Amino acid sequence: MRRAATLLLFGVLPWLTFEAWAGDGVPKPAIKIEAEGKCIAPTDEMRRNHMEMLKHQRDKTLREGVRGAKVSLNGCIECHASKKTGSVIGHDDNFCQSCHSYAAVKLDCWDCHQPKAGYKATGAKP
Amino acid sequence: MSNNDRRGFLAASAAGLGLVAIAPGIHLIQVSQARPAGEPASKLQRWGMLVDTTKCASGCNACVSACATENGINEKLENPAQRSQWIRKIDLKDPKNGRQHSLPMMCQHCAEPPCVDVCPTGASMKRADGIVLVDRHICIGCRYCMMACPYKARSFVHQPLTEQNPEVPRGIGCVEACTFCVHRVDKGQKPACVEACPEGAMVFGDLEDPNSDISRRIAQTATTQVRADLKLNTGVRYQGI
Repeated sequence: MRRAATLLLFGVLPWLTFEAWAGDGVPKPAIKIEAEGKCIAPTDEMRRNHMEMLKHQRDKTLREGVRGAKVSLNGCIECHASKKTGSVIGHDDNFCQSCHSYAAVKLDCWDCHQPKAGYKATGAKP
Repeated sequence: MSNNDRRGFLAASAAGLGLVAIAPGIHLIQVSQARPAGEPASKLQRWGMLVDTTKCASGCNACVSACATENGINEKLENPAQRSQWIRKIDLKDPKNGRQHSLPMMCQHCAEPPCVDVCPTGASMKRADGIVLVDRHICIGCRYCMMACPYKARSFVHQPLTEQNPEVPRGIGCVEACTFCVHRVDKGQKPACVEACPEGAMVFGDLEDPNSDISRRIAQTATTQVRADLKLNTGVRYQGI
């Protein structure tokens, strides 16, 4: 019993810690980009500014009726939805959630927008 | 400007206006055209709808079902009074003479919309081409607009949703109403209800274009605005009531 505890304390725990903090000593989110290199802007710019781009475009599209713009939330989903689940949220491996849960920034987009790629809505008589 | 240039310019202008000349003085109007990408909705258009209630059959719900399918309205609620209702069928009967009609009622897309007047955040808005919408990004769910609307056209979403149409975002805590299927109209298509009506009782088109089907019908037949006394200048007109 004591041997097991010693092993846990000096063996397993430091190893786990090292694994999570590998590299420059800072834990990183596991971001999986499904269609790499096809984005509308370089990765650095997207990481820093995607929220600004989407915010500008949403006002243009909804309030002015401008369609077919380069920046499009549905465009994000079509490329970035997980190949496994078809969605950008719902699991910490999925594109949007991977970073947002790491950074503890709440995602409101998906309260209204459909997070699944190629989703076909079916309605019932209300 | 040489003669050839002028001819090219005129042809381009005609195409821009959606006119195709088939003979001098006679024009064939292209019913609908998708707005080019990057171009905003224009004040030169005003979308409207004409409902011929003499053709609308009591008990037919095709428009209501088509709306629900198109806009992903499929939530099941315990309290039916909380269901979203973008379009509903109404049966009317005149008690004096027994005359009956049936008609669809939805957002009337007023030129002077009371919902826009009362909105404290600017979420309730009218687009340049006359379509009245809710900007859910800034809607705080106060429901003033629901009280202001004389047509009871708006609904409030009470529970989280997951089955939205990707082109029709809708969700908890926001007010919503008929959008004239704005995502379809911008592509040059007609609203889902108009396409689904088995009697062809609904006509959709541009009220500002005197040559559009809807403008011609309004010019030729007696049409009614519901609660015309409020002077809201509705975009939806009824024939036969």
